[in-house]
Amino acid sequence: MIPAAFEYIRADSADAALAALAEHGDEAKLLAGGHSLIPLMRFRLARPEVIVDVGRVDDLKYINDAGDHLAIGALTRHSDVETSDLVKAEAPLLSAATSYVGDPQVRHRGTIGGSVAHGDPASDIPSVLLAFRATLIAQGPGGTREIPVDDFFQGFLETDLAPDEILTEIRLPKAAGAGWSFQKFNRRAQDWAIVGVSALVQNGTAGIGLVNMDSTPVRAAAAEAAVASGASPAEAAESAAIGCEPTSDLNASVEYRQHLARVLTRRALEEATA
Amino acid sequence: MEISVKINGEEHRQEVEPRTLLVHFLRDQIGLTGTNIGCDTSSCGACTVHVNGESVKSCTMFAVQADGEEVLTIEGLASNGELHPMQEAFRQCHALQCGYCTPGMVMASVSLIQENPNPTEAEVREGLEGNLCRCTGYHNIVKAVMEVAK
Repeated sequence: MIPAAFEYIRADSADAALAALAEHGDEAKLLAGGHSLIPLMRFRLARPEVIVDVGRVDDLKYINDAGDHLAIGALTRHSDVETSDLVKAEAPLLSAATSYVGDPQVRHRGTIGGSVAHGDPASDIPSVLLAFRATLIAQGPGGTREIPVDDFFQGFLETDLAPDEILTEIRLPKAAGAGWSFQKFNRRAQDWAIVGVSALVQNGTAGIGLVNMDSTPVRAAAAEAAVASGASPAEAAESAAIGCEPTSDLNASVEYRQHLARVLTRRALEEATA
Repeated sequence: MEISVKINGEEHRQEVEPRTLLVHFLRDQIGLTGTNIGCDTSSCGACTVHVNGESVKSCTMFAVQADGEEVLTIEGLASNGELHPMQEAFRQCHALQCGYCTPGMVMASVSLIQENPNPTEAEVREGLEGNLCRCTGYHNIVKAVMEVAK
């Protein structure tokens, strides 16, 4: 379980990382906290030729109040997000969901941007971004661009980021007073969710993000529409799995995942509207 | 590449391959074999050490990522022949059976208490979710951590 050999480049700024990506193209992978990439490399499911270590790019470690939204630097560690008073006040859903990511050791190293850029449908944090209708900021050779979260996740472990771009910031619209809930169902404490749900409800509008219900992180669009048209949490939750194509694996069949999505969405909406 | 890591208070300058994991660096190059390798997949926590005072799984970190940082392993916890209070509590509470998870369990517990000096029992159990004990010895481990928190 030793990763394949690679060339190691330490980038001390976003610009240095971009330069390294420009030179090595899709042979290079960015290393942030390493808690998605290193396990893949150990199993040799990933064998990048070049690792560009951005873990020391301190400019991308921040949580800022930016008026109508929270701006979180991509390299902010889960443990810093989890314990941030600003996040607890303005985005308690993110704080709560982050406390379920891995375990304390994982959260001391793993970063919010790394987790999101990995694009794993089983990760907790993308569901939160979907619930918030977050915006992601990417920097590339041509400057920066904004990516709505609904355009970001393209396929299994595939995102809208180009090989020469880096994710720099995550923007969560402020939702003061919104009801929220994070539901995660797993068998063992530190496991990935078999299914998870993030819900954010405000003024009769719901944002509902699902974990592990498709090949990408997805929103429960039909359930969101039901909430908007006045359905109760129980009624809306009936539609939670519509349009989703979850996988069947050792932990759960497709039918069981669909069942979990409905049950957890009901619990989430009940808690968020209580 | 050459890295410089302060381990248990002592500066070490060594040549490493970029793919060398921190746990292999500690065990094979520095000779500190107190840190165990369990699952090898960042699940079990047997390899837990501190980097800059915080618990991490040393099987999921490259040694090059520790360049310039401070690492504390189980060997560095006791001082002047005195066990660290957490080690002493594990001993007094019989918080181990086979002992394989113990170095990681102790390092995770010390980090937990540093972040939350007065945890509830539930917080201790949640805080140690990244460390597996296959002897089902959690009860006394939690008791030991609560002893130190007192």
